[in-house]
Amino acid sequence: MRDTSWLAASRTRSAWLFLAPMLVILLLVAGWPLLRTIWLGFTDANTLRIDQAKWVGFENFLTRRDGHWYGALADPLWWRSVKNTLWFTVWTVAIETVLGFGIALVLNREFPGRALVRAAILIPWAIPTVVSARIWGWLLNDQYGFINHVLSGLGIIDHQIAWTADPRLLMTSVILVDVWKTTPFMALLILAALQMLPKECYEAALLDGIHPVKVFWRVTLPLVRPAVMVAVIFRAIDALRVFDVIYVLTGANEQSMTMSIYARQQLFEFNQAGYGSAVSTLLFFIIALTTIVLLIATRVRLGED
Amino acid sequence: MAREPRRTLTAADLARRAGLWLLVAAIVLYAVFPFYYAILTSLKSGSDLFKINYFPFKWEFGNYAAVFSGQPFGTNILNSLIVSFSVVALSLFLGVTAAFALARVQFRGRATLLVTILGVSMFPQVAVLSGMFQLVRALGQYNHLTSLVISYMIFTLPFTVWVLTTFMRDLPRELEEAAILDGASSWTIVRRVFLPLMWPALVTTGLLAFIAAWNELLFALTFTLTNDKRTVPVGIALMSGASAYELPWGNIMAASVIVTVPLVILVLVFQRRIVSGLTAGAVKG
Repeated sequence: MRDTSWLAASRTRSAWLFLAPMLVILLLVAGWPLLRTIWLGFTDANTLRIDQAKWVGFENFLTRRDGHWYGALADPLWWRSVKNTLWFTVWTVAIETVLGFGIALVLNREFPGRALVRAAILIPWAIPTVVSARIWGWLLNDQYGFINHVLSGLGIIDHQIAWTADPRLLMTSVILVDVWKTTPFMALLILAALQMLPKECYEAALLDGIHPVKVFWRVTLPLVRPAVMVAVIFRAIDALRVFDVIYVLTGANEQSMTMSIYARQQLFEFNQAGYGSAVSTLLFFIIALTTIVLLIATRVRLGED
Repeated sequence: MAREPRRTLTAADLARRAGLWLLVAAIVLYAVFPFYYAILTSLKSGSDLFKINYFPFKWEFGNYAAVFSGQPFGTNILNSLIVSFSVVALSLFLGVTAAFALARVQFRGRATLLVTILGVSMFPQVAVLSGMFQLVRALGQYNHLTSLVISYMIFTLPFTVWVLTTFMRDLPRELEEAAILDGASSWTIVRRVFLPLMWPALVTTGLLAFIAAWNELLFALTFTLTNDKRTVPVGIALMSGASAYELPWGNIMAASVIVTVPLVILVLVFQRRIVSGLTAGAVKG
């Protein structure tokens, strides 16, 4: 008895010893930089002289001077970035989920060469985001791009569309490219969920002569919903911090400016470390809040089922 | 009565089969064509670039040579390799030791730790950017590859720990009991008992960490300054021509193909492991 408790204590000690290196690294690369960023948001720090930061309170967030409001919360461009980010997130995740579901349902059928097709749809996922943005920049090129060539060949358009230059189309193009790259991830997660479903349900439904569409809505969808919800949350969190695809495809353009692009521009192009950090802090809390809301919302639904 | 339905059934069957194949063809085209088109473009030069073709009509490798002579692209590839392999080695080592503690030992605060680690994996990179920048400066690692190896831990480490912990937790208890009775130290147990069993999980997590590090742009763009320290994504993102309207598309596509082909081969070879790793990371999360 004494012996086992001594053994357990020694095991707990060695557990902390084993955890220590990982914890130290995480504190160094996540804990400290996060706290530091939050603190810098309350200073007038310049990126080139970041150590000479002076405390300025909430000035970077919101302040009133000479009858005018200043700070991130009073900047229309910041709110534009927030709006763009939410727009991007809602559309990409929605399209990906529907498209991914469709692909997963097809790949869930038995057909020769299925393994090969499943491998092929991993290609967009494996391509670096920078590369996929570049490839699509070329495909969407207004004069020599493949997409315009095909669309005008089919008679759908009568003039060349400037996908990555026309302000009204920037968001659409960015959403399109992101959907292309991330749909496979969604499809594979949904496919994994589909393949875990009990076959008996379907055999019973088939014997009863229930229409496949009805089976999908009544049997398939409710059963895979928890797994799909998890995938949706993951993708939404990822979409809210989008940077690469937009930075490469359209640059720091007002029409496609997202929270991450805005924050980085303030930090390293305008050298406003204080203001940029304040914006980063806002971004962190917006994403944290969305995550918590999504987790609670889906858990409630899971509880109902 | 019996004949009629059977004939319509076969017709419907045929239509259904044709429909399925059409859908499969559309999916394959969707997934493969953009990259295939990039390969086609990379093999063209001069005014051929601006003609649409579906099959390679000439095999010109001029773009591939130009990529390496126009900028230190070879160095960029080497930098990416150094960073990615270091990131994989470091996160697997830290991940295995931490996963052992989290999966095999009951201690107070374990659940809280796991949730915190999962939380870190959801951190937006921009949220720590200025703090990380100051850290990199303070450590004297600005414009050094070390800055990337350190900072990439923020997204590879939580994921690695999480997946390895779920894997280790499912291994049977009897495995280590004999070793404990023999008085083996925890380190010996990890090395001799668990490590040999963990190769599948290590390959999966290592591969996913490698891909994440290989593809990263934001930190690489921010913490390196000179061409000879840049990684591949930064190199490709910043590739430009004489003006913004004259991008060297042939070169860009060649560079894209060079850095993507190894990844595509890796993914095709380890297809099954990657899918299981992704689902483990997401569904258990």
